[in-house]
Amino acid sequence: MNSVEIKIPSDPMYLKIVRCSVEHLCDVCHFPDESRSAIKLAVDEATTNIIRHAYQNQYDRPIIINLRLLKDRLEIVLKDFGISAKPGEIKSRNLDDVKPGGLGVHLIKNAMDVVNYEHFSDEYNQLTLAKFLPGKKEDEHAEN
Amino acid sequence: MLKINVITDESATTIEIDGEVDLYSSTDVRKTLYGLMDQKTPVIIVDLKGVGYMDSSGVATLVEGWQRVKNYGGKIVLADLRKEVRDVFELTKLDSFFEIYASKEEALKEIS
Repeated sequence: MNSVEIKIPSDPMYLKIVRCSVEHLCDVCHFPDESRSAIKLAVDEATTNIIRHAYQNQYDRPIIINLRLLKDRLEIVLKDFGISAKPGEIKSRNLDDVKPGGLGVHLIKNAMDVVNYEHFSDEYNQLTLAKFLPGKKEDEHAEN
Repeated sequence: MLKINVITDESATTIEIDGEVDLYSSTDVRKTLYGLMDQKTPVIIVDLKGVGYMDSSGVATLVEGWQRVKNYGGKIVLADLRKEVRDVFELTKLDSFFEIYASKEEALKEIS
């Protein structure tokens, strides 16, 4: 398995490092421009949500991001040790209700084929995002 | 590093933004916008020609700005969105909420 682990403090100044890393891997995976932009945005939004919600804007907490290039997909696993989200909180909001904020989950779900949030016994939270590689459909690889 | 330039014309004040707008840099955009709003600037054009990336923090800053400007009877419009940025506005359905012009010049022409 090819994987890269990035560990950053929960400071927004490091978001660009995450975006650059994701963008590079998307290039390696030959994602088209539109998917590449959307995946980069999704990971940025997920990291921003950790900073704002899990860590309540504390800028010195760890965020661990694992970028995995698998046979059929690019998988990004984000781990934090902050406040966990309640299951109902991870949902897109009504876009007709125009107000600041709350758009991140919508952008994440739009971009990614897999979005899975897990909370592990008061220790850490883990968000798994995945995008199937161009030409690799989910059903073709369900048995792998 | 985000660069922000404020230009005042007869009919509008333009904020030119150059760089990537995310949770880190959107605070600079907010500070500039709020400075203009504190002076009750009647028409603000946000020129996004130099912005190649914007996340929901940047979008939220502009929505906040729109709400504050509306409260004092002013107007805020967007100009020259690159495809990457326009896609974010389309995905969040905000492309139909904001007045968006192809260029700052077009915005100035329509407004005046």
